[in-house]
Amino acid sequence: MKVIRSKMKTIKKIIIYLILISASISFLLPFAWLIRSSFMDIGQIFTLPPEWIPRPFYWQNYPEALTSVPFGRYTLNTLTILFFVEAGVLITATMSAFAFSRLRWKGRDKIFSILLTSLMVPYVVTLIPTFLLWKALKGIDTFLPLTVPAWFGGGMFNVFLLRQFFLTIPYELDEAAYLDGATPLQVLWKVIIPLSKPAILTVAIFTFMSVWNDLLGPIVYLNDPDKYTLAVGLSTFVGMYTGQWNYLMAASTVMILPPIILFFIGQRFFVQGITLTGLKG
Amino acid sequence: MRKLELKWGIILALPAILGFLIWNLGPMIAAFVIGFTDWSIAGTPNFVGLANYKEIFFEDFIAKKSIFVTFYFAIGSVVVSMITAFLTALLLNQKVRALPLFRTIFFLPSIVPAIANAVVWLWLFNPDFGLLNYILEVFGLSKLQWIYDEHQVIPSLILMSAWGMGYTMMIFLAGLQGIPQQLYEAVAIDGGNWWHKFRHVTIPMMTPTIFFNLVMGLISSFQAFAQPFLMTEGGPNYASMFYCYYIYKNAFDYGRMGYASALSTILFLIILVLTFLIFKTSSYWVYYEGGRSR
Repeated sequence: MKVIRSKMKTIKKIIIYLILISASISFLLPFAWLIRSSFMDIGQIFTLPPEWIPRPFYWQNYPEALTSVPFGRYTLNTLTILFFVEAGVLITATMSAFAFSRLRWKGRDKIFSILLTSLMVPYVVTLIPTFLLWKALKGIDTFLPLTVPAWFGGGMFNVFLLRQFFLTIPYELDEAAYLDGATPLQVLWKVIIPLSKPAILTVAIFTFMSVWNDLLGPIVYLNDPDKYTLAVGLSTFVGMYTGQWNYLMAASTVMILPPIILFFIGQRFFVQGITLTGLKG
Repeated sequence: MRKLELKWGIILALPAILGFLIWNLGPMIAAFVIGFTDWSIAGTPNFVGLANYKEIFFEDFIAKKSIFVTFYFAIGSVVVSMITAFLTALLLNQKVRALPLFRTIFFLPSIVPAIANAVVWLWLFNPDFGLLNYILEVFGLSKLQWIYDEHQVIPSLILMSAWGMGYTMMIFLAGLQGIPQQLYEAVAIDGGNWWHKFRHVTIPMMTPTIFFNLVMGLISSFQAFAQPFLMTEGGPNYASMFYCYYIYKNAFDYGRMGYASALSTILFLIILVLTFLIFKTSSYWVYYEGGRSR
């Protein structure tokens, strides 16, 4: 009886691993396809049946793709936007999350739940009036429409995530600080922020991803090719080089690399942060 | 102390409150108002009453097709992605070795930037030289046209979205890991098998997580933009004319700000009604510990 049961257990384990491994292979296939194509010359890329090993190993796709359009300029633009957005999000989202979790004031929770409804408003719904506003303010072809909004609370998703984390910190710590004569700002700076580094880092990573990925915003607000971000640059590249799959794959690989590297560096916090957003949906 | 907290609470929350008024509530009201005008990108607006809405409902067949296509994709991709994510999370929760490795593999696709994602899948979907048709061939199946066929384009895009289910899976996995072990033990003591455990512990305990993923998934798939913009241009025959892309086209390609605003007001109403319905029905199927809430 015992032997049969342990045999059943082994069979079950084997089946689970077989499914997981074959699923993993299918999830990795697009990456393999991307990378092999990025190292092939244009002749080999179209061979049928497809080959997996680049022969010759055509690494020149990378410099050739990256110098054919000003990717350096695009990277600089993206990083400039990123810097101002990160600063705005980290400062104002932390402030708001603190006000909505550690300070008691009348109407706090009511206001918070009203602000949360903004998560359900699609970006395009507000896009047109916002665009007309920036047009009137002469903000088209500047980075202002893409950076200024981040200074207003940094998005409710981030505020929500930080607030969830702040709520787990024992309130006695704040009280002790207040008894020592600290002001709310000092409590935020000296008690809450040092204890919340994982959550703040998660917000920073999420913000990086959203700026790096953003397509609609830059496409609407930036018409001057000198102002393009990487995402917009790559999308014009697609139109320019239809059929030049080796260049497109090399450029895409470069675009994918930073988020992946960042994920591996911050993996621990990232997993924690995602878990946090799922709590008490 | 109370007064101090009130003062600082308002000061520190002010950016978020102002942001809500300036970037959400204000523009929403403005979109509603602009929807009654013929504002074009160059000209001055005139009040035209319900003309835009009349055109959307009675003349513009693309708008109607667009609503249908958007629902088709949203429901399809949410259902397929959620089932894939849930099953994967269940497997990963079986105390497997190398959990971090598997978790990373399934999660990675969800951090690929939309633009790179689109380019890679364009190449995978390529009917002549793409990997997917080659795989079909290896298994002796006939080739497909993928995103280049009116009837295959949405299922193809759903497949692509299922590849990016990693984020949903992570939330499911966290939910599964949070289920107290004693509950399973209690079922075992009562002589229950794996199905009883799944049906009477896993599913009820996971309903809040399923609810969260459902709402987030629907909201984000209703906003799909990169796929039509970069891959299909809404075609073939408007079969992938997602609603957000149609709004964008009207506003920024045709310069019809008034018409696009009317379209976006309708989108907002659709999402409002949907969310309301989901929240209303949630009390029947979402289980919260310590009694039904909401």
